[in-house]
Amino acid sequence: METFQFIRATDIQTAIRAGSKVNEGEPVPQARFLAGGTTLIDLMKLDVDQPQRVIDINRLPLDKIEKMADGGLSIGALVRNSDLAHDQTVKDNYTVLSQALLSGASAQLRNMATTAGNLLQRTRCVYFRDTASPCNKRDPGSGCSAIGGFNRNLAVLGTSEHCIATNPSDMNVALTALEAMIHTQNSSGPREIPISDFHLLPGDTPHRETVLQPGELITHVTLPPPIPGSKSLYLKLRDRASYEFALASAAVILARDGDKLKQVRIALGGIGTKPWRCPKAESVLTGQSISPQLFHAAAEAALKGAKPQSENGFKIELAKRCLVHTLHLLTA
Amino acid sequence: MSDNAKQAANTSDLSRRSFLTRSGVIGVAATLESCQTLRQAPPREQAAETPAGVPTVPVTLHINGIAHKLDIDTRTTLLDCLRETVGLTGTKKGCDHGQCGACTVHVNGRRVNSCLTLAAAVDGDEITTIEGLGQPDNLHPMQAAFLRCDGYQCGYCTSGQIMSAVALQNEPCGPTDAEVKELMSGNICRCGAYANITAAIQEVRKKA
Repeated sequence: METFQFIRATDIQTAIRAGSKVNEGEPVPQARFLAGGTTLIDLMKLDVDQPQRVIDINRLPLDKIEKMADGGLSIGALVRNSDLAHDQTVKDNYTVLSQALLSGASAQLRNMATTAGNLLQRTRCVYFRDTASPCNKRDPGSGCSAIGGFNRNLAVLGTSEHCIATNPSDMNVALTALEAMIHTQNSSGPREIPISDFHLLPGDTPHRETVLQPGELITHVTLPPPIPGSKSLYLKLRDRASYEFALASAAVILARDGDKLKQVRIALGGIGTKPWRCPKAESVLTGQSISPQLFHAAAEAALKGAKPQSENGFKIELAKRCLVHTLHLLTA
Repeated sequence: MSDNAKQAANTSDLSRRSFLTRSGVIGVAATLESCQTLRQAPPREQAAETPAGVPTVPVTLHINGIAHKLDIDTRTTLLDCLRETVGLTGTKKGCDHGQCGACTVHVNGRRVNSCLTLAAAVDGDEITTIEGLGQPDNLHPMQAAFLRCDGYQCGYCTSGQIMSAVALQNEPCGPTDAEVKELMSGNICRCGAYANITAAIQEVRKKA
């Protein structure tokens, strides 16, 4: 691991100043905010990430889960994944989020990992994690080793000729279906970013993964009020029964009116370069009567345009079945 | 094995670690007779010398109820700090990347992977390691259960397994073996002692 300066942030403004590119006219070395550290420290040990400054934000007062006046929920950036998963309001009103969190990582890692950190979780592509291999995400312009390489666990949606890395987070998939809003602060003030606009497709700049600017700090995430009468479910398919990343996963929220689907929100995980919302599948389902044929049509719509790589073509069928099964479970 | 080493091995109050350390030293002394002085291990409470220009940070770690004031290289993980600086070697380094759970300790009563925790980030926090759980003559019930149920073979993952198992008692967990296994999935045992580990945990939970 390369050496770095360690700064303990005592308030939000100090953290933002320490992380900004320019501080009182002086350029600031490449800085990273440290929350749970489960991704950052791992990647620093591998020399994949080499910040010159690490700003510990763990003591900032951003660890509350609060009900909002409009019936929604506010989740602090530093709320640990285990605390969020076991929060009674989350379990009751946002079941899909609790399930997604508990399907990810291990109990120890969930005790460390935070809401904001999980939003910024980096890909598990083996070439990104190996500094001996070309990787456009880690070393722009060096090439993509995964295309034609070991890509069994990589993306089939949202890929480019420069990068096919999967967003590995389960939480992000649930937050995408829940239409979460991400709240940040930087030196010019606060801003709100819908989660669907937060992560970037790789295109020809796969090293840019989110719209965050240097020094911009996620302060909290808000969820809109739950859809009245809705049920939700997260289904994750993987190589092991536990402690493994998704090959395909589905987060579905739906509200019924008898046999008809009144409202449906779908996001898929494990198959996209970002958490993958499926508006076309949602419109196939909305207003229609529940039937196996309808579910299959929705799955076809969700995976339309999916591009298989040399080893991961199976994921297209797997993701379709994952979505169909989730819809069956929610309407049984 | 040299006569000295055999003698050392026969000493009943000798731990496995101190035996290995001493027999190693004897081995070095025997092969490098010209060597005049053997280097002393750095005294505890003082980080191994940090090269000039490497940033350090002052921390106070409360480990098993004792405050340790240290000045450490900012890169030091809690795992390395416990083992190399404080000398508590019960916590094990397996993968060093948060994948195996051998390094599991408690921070403020919650289990975490100490290999992915910067020591500087747990300044002032209460840290419990396997050494703080029980002693050979006064075992924690979970340690005793692992012994009774034979919840190990080589023992390398065991301290992490026990730290996880103790923390699990205070977490939401259903009654079945399957639920225990799910919450213990972050602790890998390559000997495959899982059945007995689960049995040990369930024994303690049923008595609680």
